[in-house]
Amino acid sequence: MNSLMTLIPRIPLAQWTDNAIEYLQEEWGPATKAFSHVMEALIKGLQDFLISVPPEVIIIFVALLAWWVAGKKIAVFSIIGLLFIINIELWAVSMQTLAMVIAAVGLCMLIGVPLGILSAKNEVVHRIVTPILDFMQTLPAFVYLLPAIPFFGLGVVPAVITTLIFAMPPVIRLTSLGIKQVPDELVELGRSFGSTFFQMLFKIELPLARSTILAGINQCIMLALSMVVVAAMIGAKGLGGVVWTAIQTLNMGMGFEAGIAIVIMAIILDRITQNVGKSK
Amino acid sequence: MAKIEVKNLIKIYGTNTDKALEMVRQGADNIEIRKKTKQVVGVRNASFSVEQGESFVIMGLSGSGKSTLIRCINRLIKPSAGEILIDGEDISKMPSKQLEDIRRRKMAMVFQRFALLPHRTIVDNVAYGLEIQGISRDKRYEQAMRTIELVGLKGWEESYPSNLSGGMQQRVGIARALATDPDILLMDEPFSALDPLIRQEMQDELLEIQQKLQKTIIFITHDLDEALKVGDRIALMKDAQIVQMGQPEDILLSPATEYVARFVENVNRSKALTASAVMVKPRSVVHPKDGPLTALYQMEKYGISSLFVTDRSGHLTGYIRAEDASDIAEQGIKQLDSIIQTDIPVTHPDEYLSNLLEVMAHTKVPVAVVDENNILKGILVRGSVIAGLAGERREFHE
Repeated sequence: MNSLMTLIPRIPLAQWTDNAIEYLQEEWGPATKAFSHVMEALIKGLQDFLISVPPEVIIIFVALLAWWVAGKKIAVFSIIGLLFIINIELWAVSMQTLAMVIAAVGLCMLIGVPLGILSAKNEVVHRIVTPILDFMQTLPAFVYLLPAIPFFGLGVVPAVITTLIFAMPPVIRLTSLGIKQVPDELVELGRSFGSTFFQMLFKIELPLARSTILAGINQCIMLALSMVVVAAMIGAKGLGGVVWTAIQTLNMGMGFEAGIAIVIMAIILDRITQNVGKSK
Repeated sequence: MAKIEVKNLIKIYGTNTDKALEMVRQGADNIEIRKKTKQVVGVRNASFSVEQGESFVIMGLSGSGKSTLIRCINRLIKPSAGEILIDGEDISKMPSKQLEDIRRRKMAMVFQRFALLPHRTIVDNVAYGLEIQGISRDKRYEQAMRTIELVGLKGWEESYPSNLSGGMQQRVGIARALATDPDILLMDEPFSALDPLIRQEMQDELLEIQQKLQKTIIFITHDLDEALKVGDRIALMKDAQIVQMGQPEDILLSPATEYVARFVENVNRSKALTASAVMVKPRSVVHPKDGPLTALYQMEKYGISSLFVTDRSGHLTGYIRAEDASDIAEQGIKQLDSIIQTDIPVTHPDEYLSNLLEVMAHTKVPVAVVDENNILKGILVRGSVIAGLAGERREFHE
């Protein structure tokens, strides 16, 4: 066995990866950098907007939304939680984080839902997408965090891109699952009455898959929130930035405060999105 | 031209069907084909045609291929070989745009488990077929409301399917199928999931609706009683093949194979057999002008105690009894008029035996079967009715 193993030279996987990244960077670097600038402007714009809106307005808006979809308890919790964040002077960084989460989740939905539909409808797409999703979900985030820098620079854009990689799989998986779970008889119903592909999709499949897809989006939001801390390593600022600074300076109290703010945001977002899926 | 014509339809499930197709054509049986080619035969060499306005029932046990067959007709399943002509157009080879169009305009399906969309109200479910044709909201609601009323669900149009009982849900399914005003209704075991009582009620209503609308219906069932009740003609399937096809009475009275015979053994024949199927020709009739002695002679000859009286062109006027005839013979009266009894039990040729059994039990004379012009077509005697119910082919009466 041992002698057999020595016959095969060590596979230089690391070297190949480096070469591939270098090559991709040379070929695609300018394009990804240009893309990065556009994205950065958009995300920064969203961050600036959320910070410029008076906190009271946002709190009232979130409370009303929570009340409408999730009930009184969650609305009260939202108000208290958000006031607490203002109190510990983390409002601005929280809004930075929220903007990144919104951007990442928005992109996840934009890419993930159509991909999930395709993978439910087409066996070939399904077979290609599944291993990629496994890869995205299990590859440690740190491993693709650093290679993002040469393509997208430092800052919010690589943070959002890596968040995207980390948080998108459940959207694709659960969209695909939801569509596959539509009972055969209802699919036959649609076909037997002469529905087109898009009529099937919008009148039968998506409405029936709705709660499953929303569960995927809920998962996506949670994963995105947990990723923003890690993404702070490449300059994403926000609540993650505070945590990161706290770790570097061993300032445990500051780290805990930022952590609590993340938890509060997570609970509010989770309860609201969960109940959107349940209602009706 | 037949509304639906199916010619040599074969469906083989699997990825490599050529070899199996060849074997079906050579007459190899299903098990052999599965062993040699790993392909499963769904339908083999089905041929039949259905006329406009006819109810054609395909019946068989589960796995007999009936569901596959009905799905080939609207091509939810693509046949492996053969032709399916709808108004002369072959649907099995049609491009998908044209197929979509035929599905929208000409046929609608009713499903075993109702297949209602849970996120839509009843009226939106019923209007589904109209909606995908791009018909405006007002117009499709108007049309949907008409069929909702037809199936007796007025007042429920704003409810959701989960608020309705099974029977009501299937009414919605039927209303939806009728809303697009298709020529053809494909009904895939529509009442199998319902309680027996509701099922019968729905069958009756279907017959009523059918009388009004005269659709061409393909109806799948595994229940022979239902098949006999609903079908103008019945095709019996076993092992992917149609083993017998014919009118309900043909199947009951002359089963083509041992399998069919066993199938029909336990059916309630009184609900399937009509008077015309078991009536016998009267051995003799007399005319009012005939004398009592002629009548008595006839009765003596055939060993019966009463005779039906008709006029020269066969219209039934009544019957006479032997004792009355001998009375007037003694009195020297030459005409039968005075003793003709008119309180005879009569029925129509299409009446089901189930509706006649009580009359049969109490009458002292045979039941006369007359057509709409009061012409005597035959008579029902207890012996022939019992033989019919027992499943014997009638052979005796002259």
